[in-house]
Amino acid sequence: MSTLEIVIISLIKIIALLSIMLVTVAYLTYFERKISAWAQNRIGPNRVGWKGALQPFADLFKLVLKEDIVPDNADRKIHTLAPIVALLVALSTYAVIPFGPNLQIAEFNIPLLVADVNIGVLFILALTSLGVYAITLAGWSSGSKYSLLGGIRSSAQMISYEVSMGFSVAGVILLAESLRPVAIVEAQSGWMWNAIVQPIGFITFVVSAFAETNRLPFDLPEAEPELVGGFHTEYSSMKFAGFFLAEYANMIIASAFIVTLYLGGWQIPYIQELNLAPVLETLLCVGAFIIKMAALLFFFLWVRWSLPRFRYDQLMNLGWKVMFPLSLINIIWVAALIMIFG
Amino acid sequence: METKTKRRRLKDLSFWEKIYIPEIVKGLSLTLRTMFKPKFTMEYPEVKFDPSGSYRGRPVLVEEENGVERCVACGLCSRVCPALAIEVQAAETEMEKERYPEKFEINMIRCIFCGFCEEVCPEEAIVMSKDYELAFTNRQDAIYGKDKLLVPVKQLQDRIDFLRQYK
Repeated sequence: MSTLEIVIISLIKIIALLSIMLVTVAYLTYFERKISAWAQNRIGPNRVGWKGALQPFADLFKLVLKEDIVPDNADRKIHTLAPIVALLVALSTYAVIPFGPNLQIAEFNIPLLVADVNIGVLFILALTSLGVYAITLAGWSSGSKYSLLGGIRSSAQMISYEVSMGFSVAGVILLAESLRPVAIVEAQSGWMWNAIVQPIGFITFVVSAFAETNRLPFDLPEAEPELVGGFHTEYSSMKFAGFFLAEYANMIIASAFIVTLYLGGWQIPYIQELNLAPVLETLLCVGAFIIKMAALLFFFLWVRWSLPRFRYDQLMNLGWKVMFPLSLINIIWVAALIMIFG
Repeated sequence: METKTKRRRLKDLSFWEKIYIPEIVKGLSLTLRTMFKPKFTMEYPEVKFDPSGSYRGRPVLVEEENGVERCVACGLCSRVCPALAIEVQAAETEMEKERYPEKFEINMIRCIFCGFCEEVCPEEAIVMSKDYELAFTNRQDAIYGKDKLLVPVKQLQDRIDFLRQYK
């Protein structure tokens, strides 16, 4: 393919992916409210559109119209910078996650991911580490003690759980022998999904993902009774919307990442047997990816409204004394499997 | 040194409880089950709450079948009202019931819906209806005169039965 074709196809993919992801993030807030309502025996928003489906737009409209208040003590430049960093990190991570097998249209063979980077997994881990900066900057620059406490707690929590996350990923990489997301997905053929081969790693990774996205049961940094909103107390209108969207975008990345690493990516077991037309097969695989991601997102929302919050020392205890040894045991387990089965 | 086995206290967790995962699974299944149960939310403007006879809504004047109000303008309700919401002005008439209220006004913003006026009325002429939807845009609209207070006796039968049985 010539350079022009590559550039145009990449631009189309970027625009499509970005718009779909932004709409998904907005609707995730709607589903969060609906599912939390159902779990509490009530109906969620149902006035704004058909069954409340236009609620995210109403929310966004309200946030745009609010007054932008910056406290006196705040460091203005960093105060504005923090949500920008959060959103930047959250939205650029989608580039390396494969949504489906290669799409064959006319003479183009299009891989369904924006950037087929050789070190994709490392890219995602690095960007989520950058996300810690956003929260720390927010907590520091707000000029208020609650925000500072929230920011510090959050960054300590995220750093602790990155350790176990990294080691769980190491188990996956040992099996797939590559850091490319496409290669990792293809290494999980048939029923050999990583969730089944290395269940301990799966559990530690999922728990670390909850902690990384500051999501209950690990959401002490932004818990209302504890810290009046934590690091985002002093933010209003669009900057708050930035953090809000960044949190949901992080959740979507975490789900997509878990699906890629552990649940076989876009694969449907034994779909080759059916001998379907290639375009239909690709569409089905993309659909499978979306369904798996949706199931995981439902799990994220479900857990939020079922479990109590961890106290901060219990959280750190769990991160260092339980999750970290478990992820090391996972590596030993994977190494043993490789040694036995070759 | 003798070692005693510790007595098991009520707050000691069993082994399965200590590893938390079964408890978490129980919690998650409870939430999931609740998601599929029917909800009890009454979707308000489409479905309105229909109170029983014992409900104390806004006070109304009872109007008999022949279009005449029962009230004889004795002024007891006005005297007993704790919020001073009722104003009555009596006048004479040629019918068998000689007294009638020429002016009967309840200031709905002052009214506290306590029901004392209904309790003290000797003629069963003022009762608390089932109406609870009151919204005004200015203070003048909130002073209800006889036109807004007169309600035919058929619509108030529930409340009158309740009063006769229980009060």
